[in-house]
Amino acid sequence: MELLCPAGNFPALKTAINNGADAVYIGMKGDTNARHFAGLNFTESKLLKAVDYVHQREKKLHVAINTFAHPAGEMRWRKAVDDAVAIGCDALIIADLGVLDYAANKYPDIERHVSVQASTTNIEAIRFYHENFEVSRVVLPRVLSVQQVRQLALKTPVPLEVFAFGSLCIMSEGRCYLSSYMTGESPNTVGACSPAKYVRWQETDKGLESRLNGVLIDRYQPDEKAGYPTLCKGKFAVNENVYHALEEPTSLNTLALIPQLAKMGVVSVKIEGRQRSPAYVEQIAKTWRSALDSYQRSPDKFEVESRWMDSLAKLSEGKQTTLGAYHRQWQ
Amino acid sequence: MKFSLGASLFFWPKDQVETFYQQAINSEADIIYLGETVCSKRRELRVNDWFELAKQVAKSGKQVVISTMTLLESAAEIQTLKKYCTNGDFLIEANDLSAVQILHENKLPFVAGPAMNCYNLSTLKVLLRQGMFRWVMPVELSSDWLSSLLEKAEQSSIRNQFECEVFSWGYLPLAYSARCFTARSENRAKDDCQYCCIHYPQGRKMKSQEGEQVFTLNGIQTMSGDQYNLVNEVNNMQAIGVDIVRISADSEQAFNKLSQFKRQLVNPQYIPLDKNNECNGYWHKIAGMANV
Repeated sequence: MELLCPAGNFPALKTAINNGADAVYIGMKGDTNARHFAGLNFTESKLLKAVDYVHQREKKLHVAINTFAHPAGEMRWRKAVDDAVAIGCDALIIADLGVLDYAANKYPDIERHVSVQASTTNIEAIRFYHENFEVSRVVLPRVLSVQQVRQLALKTPVPLEVFAFGSLCIMSEGRCYLSSYMTGESPNTVGACSPAKYVRWQETDKGLESRLNGVLIDRYQPDEKAGYPTLCKGKFAVNENVYHALEEPTSLNTLALIPQLAKMGVVSVKIEGRQRSPAYVEQIAKTWRSALDSYQRSPDKFEVESRWMDSLAKLSEGKQTTLGAYHRQWQ
Repeated sequence: MKFSLGASLFFWPKDQVETFYQQAINSEADIIYLGETVCSKRRELRVNDWFELAKQVAKSGKQVVISTMTLLESAAEIQTLKKYCTNGDFLIEANDLSAVQILHENKLPFVAGPAMNCYNLSTLKVLLRQGMFRWVMPVELSSDWLSSLLEKAEQSSIRNQFECEVFSWGYLPLAYSARCFTARSENRAKDDCQYCCIHYPQGRKMKSQEGEQVFTLNGIQTMSGDQYNLVNEVNNMQAIGVDIVRISADSEQAFNKLSQFKRQLVNPQYIPLDKNNECNGYWHKIAGMANV
């Protein structure tokens, strides 16, 4: 299984490669990718450096072009595809059918991966991408259980990639407009969920409050750890009960599933977090490399080591990690 | 311009569904969508019950379209989807590419539903090649986005190949999850949901800690807290080329809204929105929950 790590900038990319990533995925400056944050992503000159660094070490570079093209700006998405191909990327990660169509026609020899933002959750949808765009890989959304992933792996004509670690979207990706409902901007249209410019923090008599475009997302007591106000992870009231009505601020951690995923033939495990620091990428790449190597050495004796869990726990959002939807009970 | 009644996104008892569609038959809607789009565990009506209902509605002369599921995960769900798609009598609204794949294989035309993520001209062209004859705009898009896209379609001489429909009234379907938030709100696991959605014919309100209505929980679907209302935009919609205005099925007001919207064409009137319960931000390219 390939270890696919995130890189929001060149230092993170070097760190990922130096610590065991088989491949790195990045985005370009602008709104063509779903981590369109200030200070992140690659300019054209940085792209060249990135591809050189990765290829000199015989690793792979995937470029995410995974937002949905605006009607008056389709050329921007096409240019992103052209630029990524021109610098010699190994794979394009695409969500928009129109962009995918362009890439498949113009660059049939460049690998196309169906982005998680395309929300491909079943065999017929996979067949659609296979038959129409000859894609090389489908990245599965984080809403499937491990049994469902196994069922798909048995039948799929296209190799599968799954999310292995990081922040957890609980909604089917690419099909969540909660952010635009509250702020006007969504991952699909601008490449950001709960964008930072709408976030306000305020100390009040009732505790530290986080707001998104004016809406109270959470209120923290002095002993509580405050997290970024991603709106699905706030505390809300349903019939007077105040709780995490959609999801607790947990992170996905699937180290324990490595043997199962490998046996079902999943080709790549993806680490979330292009917005995270090089230090985060270093820890994560190192730990997952050790775990995957350990499995490779003796598949039958694989056990999750506590030192791996300890180092990953420190990197996690919130207090806990979870198997997410992979684990039936969560659903 | 035509008016449609969108499929009910909620889970109602079978007799209530039947009563609702009896009213639909006598309503002012030109097109009636029906079927389950949210959760495959909702089986008050089985596949054949929906077909039977569709037949009854079709007798009224209205166009009937069966709306299909949005988030399909299991093989069983795909099997059921195939039954709907190959029913032989009724048009289908696809809300996932799996339905597009099945319909295309069977050379059947389809409506691309609001959950289909079609944002631009190239995507419209892909879907047209697959057999789309009607496109429902994703709910998060604006009037500007729509007119820009329809203009592009005109320039590419494909505008006459599809109808354009806009979700114009009702709770907006905003997100889909593997988790069931209604079950969670009753402190149940999804596997033991006891079909509790049936107790909430208009979903469950989720408010901020300050009492602001934020979202509506509807099983695995999260909807807008306020009802979307484009009643003052009907004539603008017509001007930019919208063919069909969709009123989402609702147990309280859908039929009144149909009449009210339709009246706007003959006797336009500005109708102030209820600040506490209605929104129209998406249409104006701002936060969906805003009300201008």
